[in-house]
Amino acid sequence: MTCSEFLKELTDYLDGAMDAQTKAELEDHLQWCHNCYVVCNTTKMTIEIYRESHLYELPDDLRGRLRTAIVKRCSGHNPGDSPDSAPDSPK
Amino acid sequence: MATIQPKVEEPAGDELRLVHAAKAGDIGAFEELVRRYDRNVFRIAQHITQNREDAEDVVQDAFLKAYQNLGNFQEQSKFYTWLVRIAVNEALMRLRRRRPERMVSLDEDIKTEEDSMPREVADWAPNPEQLYSQGELKEILGKTIQGLPPSFRTVFVLRDVEGLSTEETADALDLSIPAVKSRLLRARLQLRERLSKYFKNRVGGDGKQ
Repeated sequence: MTCSEFLKELTDYLDGAMDAQTKAELEDHLQWCHNCYVVCNTTKMTIEIYRESHLYELPDDLRGRLRTAIVKRCSGHNPGDSPDSAPDSPK
Repeated sequence: MATIQPKVEEPAGDELRLVHAAKAGDIGAFEELVRRYDRNVFRIAQHITQNREDAEDVVQDAFLKAYQNLGNFQEQSKFYTWLVRIAVNEALMRLRRRRPERMVSLDEDIKTEEDSMPREVADWAPNPEQLYSQGELKEILGKTIQGLPPSFRTVFVLRDVEGLSTEETADALDLSIPAVKSRLLRARLQLRERLSKYFKNRVGGDGKQ
């Protein structure tokens, strides 16, 4: 396995979404390729650091104001009386 | 090397009951749905728009639109995935208004192989969070993700921050699964590359450690 091939599989590898044989080949590559080991490890840290960072938390006071405004605006309508083109359910 | 564990989902057993009640006009039931997901919608909106006021407007408009369109929600997916789809569309619309000079599209697929090829291969300090204060860290993370194209950061925030599955992300963004995977890989690698300059191991160097 080359480094480019490893890189293509990195997302599935980190998500654990692959068969046992491909996983074993990737892990074999990681045993001897230090650069790919570092890229894999630091990509995993990137994901974890964003996931745990609490970036853009909604402050309680703003949350309360937004909820009051939403309920007020919705109260003036019936559910389903959209004036716009309605989005479909996701496929 | 251990894989990334998906976020544990909160039980949504009574969610359908709330949706049905809201469809029947029970505003209290809809308010409960707002309470469940307002933080998520705000986070997604701010990641996409990179603007606090826009994110506040997106939260209001997305929930109003969801309420007005509840009759079209076919219940084949989770309510949250449907809501995310509405919120992403609202956020992209705001972004387009603010940056009319630039094309902003989820179909945007920047074709450069180099942008994802790792150049920085120094390992990071064992615990990068200890190198910076909480405030500094948030500033670094915010500034870094802001530099990604909107189509990349949208996929990243849904998959990696909000913990949606690849299939749910594809549904919410109306993208194919290979397109989601391709954008996610490039988003992850570009963020990694950019964060490396802050977090790489500097023992013995002139860094902060």
